[in-house]
Amino acid sequence: MDINTKALKKNAFRVTKVRGKTASRIRVPGGHLDAKYLSMIQEIAEAYGDGTVHLTNRQGFEIPGISYEDMPKVNEMLQPIIDGLDINQPVLGNGYSSSGTRNITACIGNKVCPFACYDTTAFAKRIEKAVFPNDLHFKIALTGCPNDCAKVRMHDFGIMGMTMPRLEQERCVSCGACIKACRRKSVEALTTVNYRPQRNAEKCIGCGECVLNCPVSAWSRNPSKYYRLTLFGRSGKKNPRLGEDFILWADEDSIMKIILNTYHYVEHYIDRTAPGGKEHIGYIVDRTGFEEYKRWALKDVSLPPEAKICTPVYWKGISYIR
Amino acid sequence: MGYSLSTEALSEVFKHLSLEYDLYAPRLYPKGGAFSDTDLVRYGKISSPEEIVLHEKSRFSWKETLLPISQTLFYFTEGSVLEPEQEQKGAVIFLRSCDLHALKRLNHIYLQNGPEDPYYRDRRDKLRFVLIGCKEPFSSCFCVDMGTNKTDGYDFSLDWEGDFWQIDCPNTEWQELFRRHAVCEQAVSPSYVTETKTRVHIPDHLTADVIKSTIWKEYDSRCIGCGRCNFVCPTCTCFTMQDLFYTDNGKAGERRRVWASCMADGFSDVAGGGSCRKTCGERMRYKVLHKALDFKMKSGFQMCVGCGRCDDACPEYISFSHCLNRLPEAIKEVNSDEAE
Repeated sequence: MDINTKALKKNAFRVTKVRGKTASRIRVPGGHLDAKYLSMIQEIAEAYGDGTVHLTNRQGFEIPGISYEDMPKVNEMLQPIIDGLDINQPVLGNGYSSSGTRNITACIGNKVCPFACYDTTAFAKRIEKAVFPNDLHFKIALTGCPNDCAKVRMHDFGIMGMTMPRLEQERCVSCGACIKACRRKSVEALTTVNYRPQRNAEKCIGCGECVLNCPVSAWSRNPSKYYRLTLFGRSGKKNPRLGEDFILWADEDSIMKIILNTYHYVEHYIDRTAPGGKEHIGYIVDRTGFEEYKRWALKDVSLPPEAKICTPVYWKGISYIR
Repeated sequence: MGYSLSTEALSEVFKHLSLEYDLYAPRLYPKGGAFSDTDLVRYGKISSPEEIVLHEKSRFSWKETLLPISQTLFYFTEGSVLEPEQEQKGAVIFLRSCDLHALKRLNHIYLQNGPEDPYYRDRRDKLRFVLIGCKEPFSSCFCVDMGTNKTDGYDFSLDWEGDFWQIDCPNTEWQELFRRHAVCEQAVSPSYVTETKTRVHIPDHLTADVIKSTIWKEYDSRCIGCGRCNFVCPTCTCFTMQDLFYTDNGKAGERRRVWASCMADGFSDVAGGGSCRKTCGERMRYKVLHKALDFKMKSGFQMCVGCGRCDDACPEYISFSHCLNRLPEAIKEVNSDEAE
């Protein structure tokens, strides 16, 4: 058997521990899809796999037990899924053309969750269209609110929804619901001044609890969308760590630009001798220094006036290599 | 007299009315909902008929146009007191039959229950009412059972039918205005619903004995005491007083009255740190029996108008109408306990 393992990995198949068998990985940007694709995945698993499907850590599907020689037929059966999920595909019919930039994950977002500050799947799809296919190892995740159910601080880019609350003073009934919610569930950014809440903008994390708990709609959300962008969280063998805040109250367009700028930065600075040509972004930033990364990341970025850039950024985490 | 008007013609009428009145109607506040990317329908100023939201019930009732959520009663300095100038412009309120029935309740509370409230009186006298006809009830409505599905106390009515606004205008002052803009004159009677999906029957033999029932217990754990049911209600009228001192000059300030809720913390607090109704079950009992029993004993008619907003607004899915329907069960329980 002669198989080009480098080529099959780029094609989103995997070299498995079972000789002669591969596994196919299906990306689902934003982790949400029409139910009709499930039966297509079932058909592939039953026709060419071992009849099972794995739900991956990155919200995709993995079909194990596929013989290497069946890869073209699997790619053929993947085509309607790739089309339906609107995945960029330079060559039609050949399956996925890249696997380095991983599936963009997202919590369920404001289609369902009351806490979410935006449509996480829609934003995930926008990012997917802009960054895929690409061989660079990028992990991007989105979560609707500071609860961070999607654990976005474990990713290279963590995008967390924020709500800029605004108070219509004349509607306030001084019931204290916002103040209590902020104190018990969030960061105690509200205090009472002359019976009404006063917001400490420095402390506020934009969770929206004040809005959610206001019984008279005195608090409402600024219709502009805001995000917290965290950088370079990672797991792994050397120095796992949580992503750190880079920008608070960022806008969607700026985040798009920063991600794309980071691709340029990585292309410029990546260690080509790294095993498999893969080097996590965080290690590159450790090498170049954060200021150099920031210079690249913020090129042509115009943030809203409310935005706050955190600089310099230091990461913590566990180091196994001391 | 009845009239048919195109939207453009009705806009002209609105323009004319706006010279003398602010127009308040259920309107859309895009992205104004508590959840992100959700809209809110509540009362606000409008200038054209298209702005009136007809297909959805407003989350809050019209009462805020008559009883401001927060109202400054007077300003004070060390030696003087000054009442704020009253709004001189009148207001035209667009509302449904149930809501117009709420006016009778508010009048009873503020004008007939002891001395007249001057702030209420002043504002009340400047209001005119436009009835929005109801062809279909919303799922939580129970106006028919509360006898509030029909009304005649309006200045004109509004129904959208066959590409025209159908208007009945008993107010003789405005008939000429409509006649000028109408495509035709004909008898119009505003639409009203005769059946609702939600049904409510408050037992005639209800007495305060049901206080002893165990049904209230359930709400101790279910209710979160947020007060939404009160704030959206067109007949809840409780307020509290706030004396506040301006932070730059602690010797001057104002007194204002602000909506209060018998379901929220603080409502029944008394001097010395006590609280008459600590649990949400007790508060639910108090609210339900005030609506279904006390008010009727004093006024002779039911307080609740069956708009169903409390059911729509409860984040814990506690249904006031369902609770009313449990009253016979509660009476039975209490009576059988006494028989033992």
